Amino acid sequence: MFDSLSRRPRVRLLGCFVALLLAMTTNSVLAQNADRPATPTTGFNTDKAEVHESEVLGSAPLVGRVIIPDAKSAVLVQENGRWFRDYRRGTQIWIAAAAVPGMIGLLLLFRLIRGRVMIEGGRGAQVILRFPAFERFMHWLTAFSWCILAISGLNNVAGRIVLLPLLGNENFSTLSAWLKYSHNFVAFPFMMGVVLMILVWLRHNIPHPRDIEWFAKGGGLIGHEHPPSGKFNGGQKAVFWIVVLFGTCLSLSGLAMLFPFSVTDIAGMQLIQVIHGGLALLMMAVMLSHIYIGSVGMEGAIDAMKTGEVDLNWARAHHDLWVEEEMKKGTIQPHAAE
Amino acid sequence: MARMKFLCDADRCIECNACVTACKNANEVPWGINRRRVVTINDGKPGERSVSMACMHCNDAPCAAVCPVDCFYTTADHVVLHNKDLCIGCGYCFYACPFGAPQYPKTTNFGARGKMDKCTYCSGGGDEADGSAAEYAKYGANRMAEGKLPLCAEMCSTKSLLAGDGEIIAAIYSERVKTRGYGSGAWGWNTAYQETINV
Repeated sequence: MFDSLSRRPRVRLLGCFVALLLAMTTNSVLAQNADRPATPTTGFNTDKAEVHESEVLGSAPLVGRVIIPDAKSAVLVQENGRWFRDYRRGTQIWIAAAAVPGMIGLLLLFRLIRGRVMIEGGRGAQVILRFPAFERFMHWLTAFSWCILAISGLNNVAGRIVLLPLLGNENFSTLSAWLKYSHNFVAFPFMMGVVLMILVWLRHNIPHPRDIEWFAKGGGLIGHEHPPSGKFNGGQKAVFWIVVLFGTCLSLSGLAMLFPFSVTDIAGMQLIQVIHGGLALLMMAVMLSHIYIGSVGMEGAIDAMKTGEVDLNWARAHHDLWVEEEMKKGTIQPHAAE
Repeated sequence: MARMKFLCDADRCIECNACVTACKNANEVPWGINRRRVVTINDGKPGERSVSMACMHCNDAPCAAVCPVDCFYTTADHVVLHNKDLCIGCGYCFYACPFGAPQYPKTTNFGARGKMDKCTYCSGGGDEADGSAAEYAKYGANRMAEGKLPLCAEMCSTKSLLAGDGEIIAAIYSERVKTRGYGSGAWGWNTAYQETINV
């Protein structure tokens, strides 16, 4: 009794197992027979129709699996590189030509037509403090670092065409290596300068309806009229916002390139490269005009960033509302020029 | 002169990574640099293929086009090489390369990559004398100068990876495809050489 109880389930279990095994093998044999071609192909490959290079290669990077830690090496083929190459060898050169020699040409033309913008009524006897030392410091911090970044960046864009034939391979390589390092490290003082400018100058640069009037009247540059203006006129506000917005975008894209592949993949790196270069070239065009009008283009303008003190007549002509405000507050008094 | 090419017959590659190991050993490349790698696509799915990939020594090479210091050159065998004395390690060639071939010895931040390193088709490089110790230290083996093909292809256990004159290896591949009745294509040929092997 005890014996039969223990044996019977075992027999039943065995029977079930045999039946299951039989069912599985017949099923799979049937299935295999159905799939198998009339003439069997040689080799291990039974799924040849599943993949062909021409079907999986396309504009998107083809990513697989690799056994090495370098994740970006899992991209087998990426044909996106083609547009990056075309942009770098074609479009970008033209943008650079328009932005830098093009802008210099325009400024020369402006100089020929308009001449130097003079202080109307000439310099007066009095000067007024426009930019205290700290504001001048942050301006020049940003300005000098920007110049280094612009020159080294331009070298990467067009140095091979312009400088390489002049300097020869070895000299040009040495120069480019130093410019590359300066670009990577001078980026940080530039970023600091942009942050300081946002902190100190943002409140003076909130857009105002009178800025539209300033632009409509050509800002006293095209005509001889001087539209009313606060500490910063419409044009200066535009320069401020271009520095801040472009500077921020350039800083962020630059950081992404300083830490390559830390935030994005190969397609993203190409895009960041293109955006960084494009924005920088546009900014160069704007900054060239800023440099011109702030130095040789306008009498008295450089004083604001040299000593910080500007001619009172100049200030009244270009920043009348600011002068009025300062006089009212009485904190900064005009005094006799040295 | 021959037009040297690589061809990976993905239907034969068993992802043994012998080519990777052979390359590392032949050229004594530093840690972290993989001049050659094996990428498996459709891993674990129907149509899984492994492809051994390195520099394909392209026609009109994109790396050479984007290089800001023009440090690339093409040999008489149409092997794309570069001069490490001129390279500034900017990383542009990696962005342009369709095959992810350029490698950089440093992975430190702030854009310091070190001089770019890539497959030389086992043919040395630079201005150093063929087979010299200086050449070996900088670029690795110069088997081509000894009349030998790249070690990766020579050591391929299934003869999946072929190296040699483009026309000869294309003929071998197309004969294989005809015989066995299938082939997943000459990977990268269209991108690198603007041609495919018609079987």
